[in-house]
Amino acid sequence: MAAVATMPVSDLLKSFKLKTKQQELLIRVSILCLVYILAFITRLFSVLRYESMIHEFDPYFNYRTTLYLTQNGFYDFWNWFDYESWYPLGRIVGGTLYPGLMITAALIYRILHFLRFAVHIREVCVLTAPFFASNTTLVAYFFGKEIWDTGAGLVAAILISVCPGYISRSVAGSYDNEGVAIFALLFTFYLFVKAVNTGSLAWSLASAFGYFYMVSAWGGYVFIINLIPLYVLVLLITGRYSMRLYVAYNCMYVLGMLLAMQIRFVGFQHVQSGEHMAAMGVFFLMQVFYFLDWVKHMLSDTKLFQAFLRITVTCAVAVGTIALGLGMLSGYISPWTGRFYSLLDPTYAKDHIPIIASVSEHQPTAWSSFMFDFHILLFLFPAGLYFCFKRLSDATIFIVMYGLTSMYFAGVMVRLILVATPAVCLISSIAVSATVKNLTVLLRSKNKGVQTGSTKGSSSSKASSKALLDQSQPFQKNGAIALLFGAFYLLSKYATHCTWVTSEAYSSPSIVLAARGAHGNRVIFDDYREAYFWLRQNTPPDAKVMSWWDYGYQITAMGNRTVIVDNNTWNNTHIATVGRAMSSYEDEAIEIMRSLDVNYVLVVFGGVTGYSSDDINKFLWMVRIGGGVFPVIKEPDYLVNGEYRVDKGAAPKMLNCLMYKLCYYRFGEMLTEYGKPPGYDRARGVEIGNKDIKLEHLEEAFTTSNWIVRIYKVKPPNNRW
Amino acid sequence: MRSLSFFFVFLLSLFPILCFSFNPESPTDRRVLVLLDDFSLKSSHSIFFNSLKSRGLNLDFKLSDDPSLSLQRYGQYLYDALIIFSPSTEKFGGSLDLAAVIDFVDSGHDLILAADSTASDLIKNIATECGVDFDEDSSAMVIDHKSYAISGTEGEHTLIVSDDFIQSDAILGETKIEAPVLFKGIAHSVNAANSLVLKVLSASPSAYSANPESKLLSPPLLTGSAISLVSVVQARNNARIMITGSLDLFSNRLLRTAVQKSGSQDKYDKSGNELFVTEISKWVFHERGHLKAVNLRHLRVGETDEPAMYRIKDDLKFSVEIYEWSGKSWEPYVADDVQVQFYMMSPYVLKTLSTNGKGLYHASFKVPDVYGVFQFKVDYHRLGYASLSLSKQIPVRPFRHNEYERFITTAFPYYGASFTMMAGFFIFSILFLYNK
Repeated sequence: MAAVATMPVSDLLKSFKLKTKQQELLIRVSILCLVYILAFITRLFSVLRYESMIHEFDPYFNYRTTLYLTQNGFYDFWNWFDYESWYPLGRIVGGTLYPGLMITAALIYRILHFLRFAVHIREVCVLTAPFFASNTTLVAYFFGKEIWDTGAGLVAAILISVCPGYISRSVAGSYDNEGVAIFALLFTFYLFVKAVNTGSLAWSLASAFGYFYMVSAWGGYVFIINLIPLYVLVLLITGRYSMRLYVAYNCMYVLGMLLAMQIRFVGFQHVQSGEHMAAMGVFFLMQVFYFLDWVKHMLSDTKLFQAFLRITVTCAVAVGTIALGLGMLSGYISPWTGRFYSLLDPTYAKDHIPIIASVSEHQPTAWSSFMFDFHILLFLFPAGLYFCFKRLSDATIFIVMYGLTSMYFAGVMVRLILVATPAVCLISSIAVSATVKNLTVLLRSKNKGVQTGSTKGSSSSKASSKALLDQSQPFQKNGAIALLFGAFYLLSKYATHCTWVTSEAYSSPSIVLAARGAHGNRVIFDDYREAYFWLRQNTPPDAKVMSWWDYGYQITAMGNRTVIVDNNTWNNTHIATVGRAMSSYEDEAIEIMRSLDVNYVLVVFGGVTGYSSDDINKFLWMVRIGGGVFPVIKEPDYLVNGEYRVDKGAAPKMLNCLMYKLCYYRFGEMLTEYGKPPGYDRARGVEIGNKDIKLEHLEEAFTTSNWIVRIYKVKPPNNRW
Repeated sequence: MRSLSFFFVFLLSLFPILCFSFNPESPTDRRVLVLLDDFSLKSSHSIFFNSLKSRGLNLDFKLSDDPSLSLQRYGQYLYDALIIFSPSTEKFGGSLDLAAVIDFVDSGHDLILAADSTASDLIKNIATECGVDFDEDSSAMVIDHKSYAISGTEGEHTLIVSDDFIQSDAILGETKIEAPVLFKGIAHSVNAANSLVLKVLSASPSAYSANPESKLLSPPLLTGSAISLVSVVQARNNARIMITGSLDLFSNRLLRTAVQKSGSQDKYDKSGNELFVTEISKWVFHERGHLKAVNLRHLRVGETDEPAMYRIKDDLKFSVEIYEWSGKSWEPYVADDVQVQFYMMSPYVLKTLSTNGKGLYHASFKVPDVYGVFQFKVDYHRLGYASLSLSKQIPVRPFRHNEYERFITTAFPYYGASFTMMAGFFIFSILFLYNK
């Protein structure tokens, strides 16, 4: 791409008396600058459309902790015991989060204040993800340069700057761990590949620090600590073992492990958890390998060495197996967690851990979302793999492995598309860069004969270009021009697709809902904030609010009230207790609520607006999670012939459970849509089955203007009974 | 002009005193509304009313159908207690109705309700709301052929005697009621679902509830000691209610009659009624058995300010002051069974408080090795006493990063190992690098 861009401006540049190298550098730098800015501004749709606000659920917790960090300092943050969530258990926040994001934002905030920019911490939090997305483009450039050439690096930077798979988690306001973690992930990989390529201790040390930052930022570091050993193992097996690899891996692993242990949430997992054992195994394997190499070097007799090899390998394997077995049996090494299992076996969570399966972003990915998030990259990816295999090196092996494994994980879980995105962009950039380069070489070789280099051919149109080569020169040139235009057409399509996806799909804060009105105008539902503000203003400061865990972070951050469960789903029993309360009859539920000192109950209801991700649609998960711990709750009680319904034909338990009553209280009198009977649920398109709902122990306290959030107050026990 | 404004300021400052004569600081009732069927009751029950007046209560007699009846004005209650001695009223006058009476009780005021054989549905409904069910047969009365009062005029054995009192000094006073109580009226039972209602005076096992004038065709619904003659309720807000099926219980006639129980040689010159109704009215009007707990405090040992949060394994001191209202002043309450709980879903610490005899209760204990949001809970429920339910939320945090032990003795071998390892590696590196 750079090479193409050089041609028209080269005349102009000549007047500046720049040498070709300098010209190229200038162009490269200016392209990178533009990409850097582009990556930032394309993520600002949400700010322009709505306002500078934090999105979704988890970011609210991150925002609250960042606020705490900036107000109370690092040590208070580190030791923070939060008694406003998980009542009455509380949560040791400092020890149960990845502090990288908060510390980064607080650091940016401090620097800005040091430079006398009096920004609010919220603005910093909102813009952290776009800022790191911009930095990621730079890393992508260097990474591409490392594995292929500068052209590929530039294309990679451009592709990743607008790739929807990445934008989905890094728009302004999406203040989540992933925002900085993708940067850290790619940076670590880049430094490690650099270390492997150079065999330099310095790069390896740098990658250990990159790994440390990644560990501090996101739980996805487990991917690094498993991919790198796998990569090393592949290199060992394919006979690409070298001293460079030995230095890079050992230094990175040992230092990275020690550094990672400084994060309280990770602690001793690197030596105690089953998920990290692969890295340790490979570490020992490398020592054995090196030792054998040395012995081989010392022993001249091959027969003797063979015998020695046999004994050593047997011993090493035996010792390793025994150590692992003893560790597992004694419980020192914890077995794999459910999340890890569900990555390897997509059906595992569905059968065993409903709380993981209940999260929509943990669902297996549909083909359409691949298409949506990658667009043309989906076709360029195999082409890029082809180029990588054609020019195998340590670096390309790495990117191939990264691409293939992350693509598998992206297929298992929707949210892991994010991890695959950098790999897909890099590999696709190789395809684009190599193709364009070949075609332009073909175009520029005016009077020369057919160059051998051009036979490398292009990607998707490989067969046709081969056919072209057999033709005469002008026809071949025309073909190349046509193919170039084709490539530009595809790339421009990609650009428009990315912009469209960003503006339409990924810039919604999900806390403010937008819909199209009858006349095509935009209607804003700001019910969530209305409800949380009501809680903040109208309830006693120590009031306890029970809701499904999705809203926990938002209630504590915006409503400033104590919640029973929140999005940090660390205690399944506690969540199951809430699920049980929601799916019981009112008089059973009140016992549970009293035992948890609940003062208010909050439900989200979409029947009036047609908002489909409300509590009634999530209700079966509450039943499943509740039933997983308390077998008195049985899913079939809420279903009719295996069908979930809320109309007249619904199961009697469904019609009278707490969640149904709270959602549909007074709804039976309401006309929601013209020409439909009262009590017509627009989210599910049915008339509800129980219109005469009486509440005994709860009373309606507040319902937002569009009925999306409904808050109920728990009545005190009867005075005379 | 100026003096006028001063006068207003003075009036305004008096206003709270005028409005809240019932207040937590002096819980005894002052203003009592007495509802009567007709004013002749004033003389026929004068002994009871006079005993109330002599205790400083301000009685306001009104006919139950008085159209100006009202319990509150401008949102403030005009009375502290209500005596309903109008059993046959079908409908109260003025703004008073069932809901108003129940609201009156639910806002912390007291009620004495007496019915008799003419009891209307309204009166029965009030009782039902308080957990007491009168016999549904409107002509039934309590009949007891074994423990009736021997008197010349009675042949139906509806004037019965009972001495089956509840064993509580708080409710019935410290003087033992020697003579049995005369009772003539209708039976009621207490609702089993209501845990707050108490039978103060029960009928004997041989009593039953039936119409004395007709033949008994089917077995009576209420029999034996399931029949309650006098019941009390102490609501959760400490409002006190007394319900009885006999208006005559308070009458001068029964208060002054000599009594002899059938089959017993003991003859008393005066029935126990006077003492009984006086004592129980003292209880109902909060002259006795009213507790308050104040100054709930907790401190870390060695500190003087109350902390906002404890750490696990902290030593703390807990204290609370409990006083009892004697009718005139707050006296220290002395008991050895007051307990404090350190509670998070279940009590982690349960400790009996020791008292200094001057109302101060205290205990000291160690915070358990569990973090979370705890509560200090004092739940004190004793028969006849106002119930105390105090709770104070206090979070307990784990150790800070610098509060752990710096060096653990048992770990010295490990420290030694790591430092010798480091030293060894250093020496080895020097030797390896520079010793060719």
